[in-house]
Amino acid sequence: MGILIYLIPIALALGLLGLAVFLWALKSGQFDDLDGAAHRILFDDDDEVPPGEPHTDPGR
Amino acid sequence: MDGGSATAKVCGTKPAGLAEDDAPADAPAIDFTSHVGHDPEGHATLSLLVEGAHCGGCVARIERALAARPEVTHGRLNLTTKRLAIAWSGPDEAAAPIVKSVTDLGFGVVPYDPTQMDDSEQRDQRRLLRCTAVAGFAAANVMLLSVSVWAGAAQGMEEGTRAFFHWLSALIVLPAVAYAGRPFFASALAALKAGHTNMDVPISLAVLLASGMSLAETMRGAEHVYFDSAITLLFFLLIGRFLDRRARGRARSAAHRLLALAARAITVVGEDGRQTVLPPGKVRQGMTVLVAAGERVAVDGVVTAGRSDLDTSLITGEMVPAAVGPGERIFAGMLNQTAPLTVTVSAIGDDTLLGEIVRLMEAAEQRKARYVAIADRISRLYAPAVHALAAAAFLGWMLLGGIAWQPALLIAVSVLIVTCPCALGLAVPAVQVIASGRLMRGGTLLKTGTALERFAQVDTVVFDKTGTLTVGRPSLDPASAGSPEVQALAVSLAAASRHPLSRALVRALGPGRAADGVREVAGFGLALETPDGEVRLGRRDWCSTTGSGTGDGDDATGPELWLARPGAAPHCFRFEDALRADAADVVAKLQARGLGVEILSGDRPAAVAAVAAAVGIDRWTAATTPADKVARLETLAAEGRRVLMVGDGLNDVPALAAAYVSLSPSSAIDISQTAADAVFQGRLLAPVVEVLTVARRAGSLVTQNFALAFCYNLIAVPIAMAGWVTPLVAAVCMSSSSLVVVGNALRLAGRRTAASR
Repeated sequence: MGILIYLIPIALALGLLGLAVFLWALKSGQFDDLDGAAHRILFDDDDEVPPGEPHTDPGR
Repeated sequence: MDGGSATAKVCGTKPAGLAEDDAPADAPAIDFTSHVGHDPEGHATLSLLVEGAHCGGCVARIERALAARPEVTHGRLNLTTKRLAIAWSGPDEAAAPIVKSVTDLGFGVVPYDPTQMDDSEQRDQRRLLRCTAVAGFAAANVMLLSVSVWAGAAQGMEEGTRAFFHWLSALIVLPAVAYAGRPFFASALAALKAGHTNMDVPISLAVLLASGMSLAETMRGAEHVYFDSAITLLFFLLIGRFLDRRARGRARSAAHRLLALAARAITVVGEDGRQTVLPPGKVRQGMTVLVAAGERVAVDGVVTAGRSDLDTSLITGEMVPAAVGPGERIFAGMLNQTAPLTVTVSAIGDDTLLGEIVRLMEAAEQRKARYVAIADRISRLYAPAVHALAAAAFLGWMLLGGIAWQPALLIAVSVLIVTCPCALGLAVPAVQVIASGRLMRGGTLLKTGTALERFAQVDTVVFDKTGTLTVGRPSLDPASAGSPEVQALAVSLAAASRHPLSRALVRALGPGRAADGVREVAGFGLALETPDGEVRLGRRDWCSTTGSGTGDGDDATGPELWLARPGAAPHCFRFEDALRADAADVVAKLQARGLGVEILSGDRPAAVAAVAAAVGIDRWTAATTPADKVARLETLAAEGRRVLMVGDGLNDVPALAAAYVSLSPSSAIDISQTAADAVFQGRLLAPVVEVLTVARRAGSLVTQNFALAFCYNLIAVPIAMAGWVTPLVAAVCMSSSSLVVVGNALRLAGRRTAASR
């Protein structure tokens, strides 16, 4: 039964890690726009500058 | 927007009603600079609500337009909330050209204050999701420990190990309950303070008592603890609560958008003739203001100079613009289409008709808020009964059973846990989620949690006419098309105009090129000089002056355009607002179910009578104001009727809010969609029948679920009161009752394949 001393903390830590990742995703706004994300993947213009990044000339 | 896309929302050009149309909108009169904020990195930021963005294409167009501007560092549209966040480096004044690049695409924008509008709805949803995540984590881990303990009980687990597992469970569950239980605790406290109970009172009690007692038992080193039941109960209920909340929370912001319509700068003409631009708050009664062509009227007033066509659809629901001239009253919210008007202000701000409509809607919504969900009504009986049973168990065992107070309390708490309305809390949300999912696939969006229950009780359906029973767009009556020669001439004039009737004419008879030299005479029509004389296309009285008599009387059922040529009798083009294809069919189906059907319209009596006859409705009222509509609905309510209001225009908004339950087509203006309990898509009216069908079925499933939950309690309560409930029994009972209830709800989705299509 001594193995429990390791296994239970490991199990809990893994669970907590999952929880923390979910809360982080929630906080970083990944659940804010569930409709837009579904459409966004369909735009395929390569020269669109990702929002939030400095603008450069579209390479052409 | 060309023909054939009447129902699919035409992205970019705003829906009928709020349509600034595709007339090149007025240069944005809003002072965007004053709404600019700054982020920590020193960029200027602006938050906008975007009107008319409905699909991924809109997102792409807007974001691409913004990305094309070198100074813009961030531009992202949230399609769910219709909010656009922009950041740029440079002076605040750069706001105007940046905003213009969006409005040039045909989208309307209104600035908002993100700190003020970060609505509680969204925060609530996030909080519930966080709570659900925490509860889920705790439930999963405690379940692992509990299974070990149950298995250990059969295989002879040492007492020390068991105590260790119990302590571990306590360590996980107690903080989780303290965190994840807050939504329930807060709501229960609020209800108790207000002197009544709701579903959250027994839930909170059960969860708190179960964890508290389990902690006490753990300290005693006893065999049974209920940590797993407490946290699983909380997890299930949080899921139900989150689904419930998400189903209803959408598009609350449209009301703010409407009010922002009025918040534009107003051009005031001083006594010396000088023009100044004032914010709406500084305009006073009696001032003279100028309303440019393409601008929305911001005040109520009387026209002193100028002639123009006004799009009144926002106020009256009438699709054909009204011609106005000096001496006529105009109202805030109308859209000036053809020529500038000088107006003497008679009312501003909240005193305008627009302000009045918004107030009517808010008042009506408050009345509706009194509707109590069925689950809460049941809990009013349920909670006292459960608490009485638990108290009876406690006293009974102590006084009659002759045991000490601790084990008696243990039994009482187990009664509370077993009876805790897990099934009850899931019974309604499960059905609602599945019903709204089914309706969503059919294109109908339910917005309020209690809407389904109210749809199920409807016994009267009231339709608006324009845009609801009809398509809301004029189309040429083919019988009045005339000879090819007449048609060609009419098209050559009409193609030069954006007036809805001209466009309908071109749509029906075109395509054609506009002749050179067509003049638009505001308020009257179009004129073209030809070698033979002047050709006119426009109002009856204007065209009749050049030709012979055109007949008189105002009994026409729809709008008309007259074509006057030199040396020929004037020709009349008649227009009609086509009915939705299945309108008569839907009305017949509703009547066959024994529902009362009537029409409340702001349109002229002749037009309403014609539609009423065509779809087979006996009761109709024409020429109603928004307040009349509300009054009629209140009369019906006073007669004990449960009224479903189906409408789309701003003039229907107070009625939509006042009705027992309401439905809007997705072609409706946003504010109507906000006021309505549900929104349906497509060019057919069939969703009205579908909603009522699904709601009835959902209603009976909810009743069945309550019956199942009741049966479960009938079995579980005696067992608990007898003192036989161990944690294992509690866990099995709770899960199985929840599964049964959810399984029953799933039948609603399953039947779809057989029933429809």
